[in-house]
Amino acid sequence: MNDALGDPQSVLVLGGTSEIALATVRALPRNRLKRVVLAGRPSPARDAAIAALTGAGIQGVSAIDFEAKNTTEHAVLINQVFDAGDIDIVLLAFGILGSQDEGEANPDLAVEVATTNYTGAVSVGLRVAARLKSQGHGSLVVFSSVAGDRARRSNFIYGSTKAGLDAFAQGLGDALHGSGANVLVVRPGMVRTKMTTGMPEAPMTTDPEVVGKIVVAGLRKGKNTVYAPGPLRFVMTALKTLPRPVFRRLPQ
Amino acid sequence: MSNKSPLRLDEGEQLLTGWGRTSPSLAKVVPVSTVEQVQQCIKVSGPRGVLARGLGRSYGDAAQSGGASVLDLTAMSTIALTASTGSVRVGAGASIHDLLLATVPAGFFVPVTAGTRHVTVGGAIAADIHGKNHHVEGSFGSHVSEIQLVDGRGAPQSLTPDDPQTRERFWATVGGMGLTGVMTEATFKMLPITSSMMSVDTERCADLDDVMARMIERDSQYRYSVAWIDSVSATGRGVLTRGDHAAVDQLPVAKRATALDYGPKALASAPGLIPGGLLNKFTVRAFNEAWYRKAPKSEQGALQPISEFFHPLDFVKDWNRVYGPGGFVQYQFVVPDGAAEIIGIALRKLQGVGAPSFLTVLKRFGAANPAPLSFPQPGWTLAADVPAGIPGLAAVLDELDELVANAGGRLYLAKDSRQSPEMFVRTYPLLTQWQRTRNQMDPKGIFKSDLARRLSL
Ligand SMILES: Cc1cc2nc3c(=O)[nH]c(=O)nc-3n(C[C@H](O)[C@H](O)[C@H](O)COP(=O)(O)OP(=O)(O)OC[C@H]3O[C@@H](n4cnc5c(N)ncnc54)[C@H](O)[C@@H]3O)c2cc1C
Ligand SMILES: NC(=O)c1ccc[n+]([C@@H]2O[C@H](COP(=O)([O-])OP(=O)(O)OC[C@H]3O[C@@H](n4cnc5c(N)ncnc54)[C@H](OP(=O)(O)O)[C@@H]3O)[C@@H](O)[C@H]2O)c1
Repeated sequence: MNDALGDPQSVLVLGGTSEIALATVRALPRNRLKRVVLAGRPSPARDAAIAALTGAGIQGVSAIDFEAKNTTEHAVLINQVFDAGDIDIVLLAFGILGSQDEGEANPDLAVEVATTNYTGAVSVGLRVAARLKSQGHGSLVVFSSVAGDRARRSNFIYGSTKAGLDAFAQGLGDALHGSGANVLVVRPGMVRTKMTTGMPEAPMTTDPEVVGKIVVAGLRKGKNTVYAPGPLRFVMTALKTLPRPVFRRLPQ
Repeated sequence: MSNKSPLRLDEGEQLLTGWGRTSPSLAKVVPVSTVEQVQQCIKVSGPRGVLARGLGRSYGDAAQSGGASVLDLTAMSTIALTASTGSVRVGAGASIHDLLLATVPAGFFVPVTAGTRHVTVGGAIAADIHGKNHHVEGSFGSHVSEIQLVDGRGAPQSLTPDDPQTRERFWATVGGMGLTGVMTEATFKMLPITSSMMSVDTERCADLDDVMARMIERDSQYRYSVAWIDSVSATGRGVLTRGDHAAVDQLPVAKRATALDYGPKALASAPGLIPGGLLNKFTVRAFNEAWYRKAPKSEQGALQPISEFFHPLDFVKDWNRVYGPGGFVQYQFVVPDGAAEIIGIALRKLQGVGAPSFLTVLKRFGAANPAPLSFPQPGWTLAADVPAGIPGLAAVLDELDELVANAGGRLYLAKDSRQSPEMFVRTYPLLTQWQRTRNQMDPKGIFKSDLARRLSL
C-alpha cells in the first residue's frame, strides 16, 4: 500500500530488463520499498538487473519468469505475484520495436511484434487490472509511445501495436475509475536504450532517467497520461491535426 | 468461469480513507445492526477479510481495508444508562456525540473524550483514545468494565479486565485497532456532573519553555489540561487552557435551573477562526496569530460550554478539506519526560520543511494501562497537522521518528499513515505478546486493515 506521502512498498515490472522501467524503479521513493519483482525471460540481463537494483540499495528484488507471447501462462503468474502480497505499482514495459522493412517482407515478424506488444499486453493487463481492483488500490503504468499517436510510413507496424495498446490502456483506466486502482499511460518519444541503439536520433530524444522521473511525478499527481519529455504533448497534438498528404511528405 | 467482469464495482463498494484523506482504498461497506449479522459477515469473509469501522475519524489507514468487507456499525447505537451507578452500556457504533446528548442532561459526562465528539465507542476503545484528562484519569480503555466482541471464529464473547480468563483478550482489544474482533457493545463508568459548563483557566505563555514549565508545575491540580502551540512563531509561544466541570453553584443564579442543558449545535458560539478556503502559509500564520490573540493573557474560572472546551473543531464541518485534495497527516508522538527537548526539535523541524500547521497541541500523559498496543505512556505528547504534499516531508518525519524511537517514545496508530514497519516494531515492545493473543482470537487472520498490511501487524 502506498503510504500517505505516496511512498510505495511493492512494485512489479513486466519486462524486467527494460531500461526505461528500471530507471523508473530507481526514481521511485525508496523509504518504504520492500519488494520489487522483475518479470521477464531468464537471461544474464535479468540477473544483472537484480544485481544493479540491489546494488543501488533497493531491498527485496527478485525475478519471476514471464514470456509475453505465452498468454495461457499469464493467469498463474499474475496470481502468484499478487497472492504473495499487494502490489502498489505495476510497470507494463515489455515490447519490441521490430524492423518495419523485415516485417513488410515477412509478415510473421510483424505478427510477432503485434503479439508481444498488443496481445501480450491485453492478456496480462486485464489480469493485473482485476487484481488491483480486488485489492482496492494500486497503479498500472503502461508504456505506450508517441509512435502510436499517429502511424508513420516508416514504423506503422510498431506504431499500430502502440496505438492499440494505448487505446486499450485508456479504456482500462476508465473501467477502473473510482475503484482505487488507476492506469497511467506513458507516451515517450525516442529514448536512448538498447531498443534504439544505432538508430539516428530524432528531435527531443531523451534518456530513461528522464522518463522515470516523469512517470514518478505523474503517479504522485494521479495523472492519466504523461508524455516524455513533456513538451512532446504539443508536438503530437499538432502532428495529429495535419492532413494526410502533408503528413506523408514530412521527413520520416 | 463467471462472465461477470471483475472490473465492475460491486454493490456497496466504496473508496474509504481516514480523516486525513490520503491513500484511498476500495472496500465493500456492509451496514450491520445485530450480532448475528456481524457473525454472518465473518463466516462468509473472503480472502481480503473483514474490518469494523466507526466514524472514520482516525487520520490514516486504520479504518479502511482494500478489498475487504468493512462493517459499518453506526446503527448499533443503543444507550442504556443506570443513573444510580453512573454505569452505561452502549452499542459500539454509538458516538460520543450521541452519548453526551443522552447523558449530560441526566448529569453524566464521558470518562474520556477526544478532540472531536464524532467518534464511536468502538473506535474509542480500539484506539484507546486519550483526552485532556490523561495525566490524571488515563485513557478510555481504563474506564471500560466489559466489552462484547465477536472474534475471528465468529464466536461472541464478553471480555472483562477482572476475569483472568478474558483479561488478555480484553487488553489486546483495547488499543487493538479492530484486529482482535468486532466489538458490538461496551460498558463503562460515566463521570457525574452538576452542570454542562466548564470552569476554565487560561494562560498565554511567551515561549515553549514557559508552556512546559507551567504544565509541569500545576497540571496535577487540574482534571483537564492542554496547550495549543503557535507552530508558526519562532519561540513556540502558546496558550494553556486547564479546567474542570463547573459545579452548579458556580453558575449565575439565573442559569442554575437549566444547568445541565446541552446543545452542542449552538453554532453562534463557534470560534469561527479556521480560515476558509485552502490553507497556505499566510492563512496559517494569520490563524495562529488570531488564535493566540483571542486568548486572554490570563483568566481564571471562565465559564465555557462543554463543546467549546472539548470539541472546538466540531463547529467547522469537514474542516479536513482545507488541506486540499492531497490530504494531510497528523504527526503525533509521545516521549518520556527525560526527552522533553524533542518537542522543540520537532516544532523546528516541521517549521524548517515549511509545514503549515494550524492546530499543534501539546499535552502531558500520565501512567500507561496494560494494553500492549495502547499509545499513551508517561511524558509529553505533541500532535501537529501537516499537508501531505509538502516536498521533503517524508525524510523529515523519518528523522523525527528516529529521534522519538531513540528516546523511547512512539507514534499513535490512530493518527499514523506513514511510519515504517521497523519503527513500529521497535517502539511497541509488547507487540509479540499482543500478536500471540490476537492469533488466538483470530487464528485465520480474518481481521485486516490497510494499516495492518502496511505495518505487517
Ligand atoms: C478532530 C479530531 C480530534 C481528535 N482528537 C483526539 C484526541 O484528543 N485523542 C485521541 O486519542 N484521539 C483523537 N482523535 C482520533 C480519534 O479519536 C480516533 O481515531 C478514534 O479511533 C476515531 O473513532 P472512530 O469511531 O471514527 O473510529 P474509526 O476511525 O472508524 O476506526 C478506528 C479504529 O477502530 C476500529 N474500530 C472501530 N469500531 C470498532 C468496533 N466496533 N470493533 C472493533 N474495532 C473497531 C477500526 O477498525 C479502526 O482500527 C481525533 C480525531 C479527530 C478527527
Ligand atoms: N526506447 C524508446 O525509444 C521507446 C520509446 C517509446 C516507447 N518505448 C516503450 O517503452 C517500453 C520499454 O522500452 P525500453 O526502451 O526500456 O526497451 P528495452 O530496454 O529494450 O526493454 C524491452 C523489454 O521488453 C522485454 N520483452 C521483449 N519481448 C518480450 C517477450 N516476448 N516476453 C517478455 N518480455 C519481453 C525485454 O525482455 P528481454 O530482456 O527478455 O528481451 C525487455 O525487458 C517498451 O514497451 C517500448 O516499446 C520505448
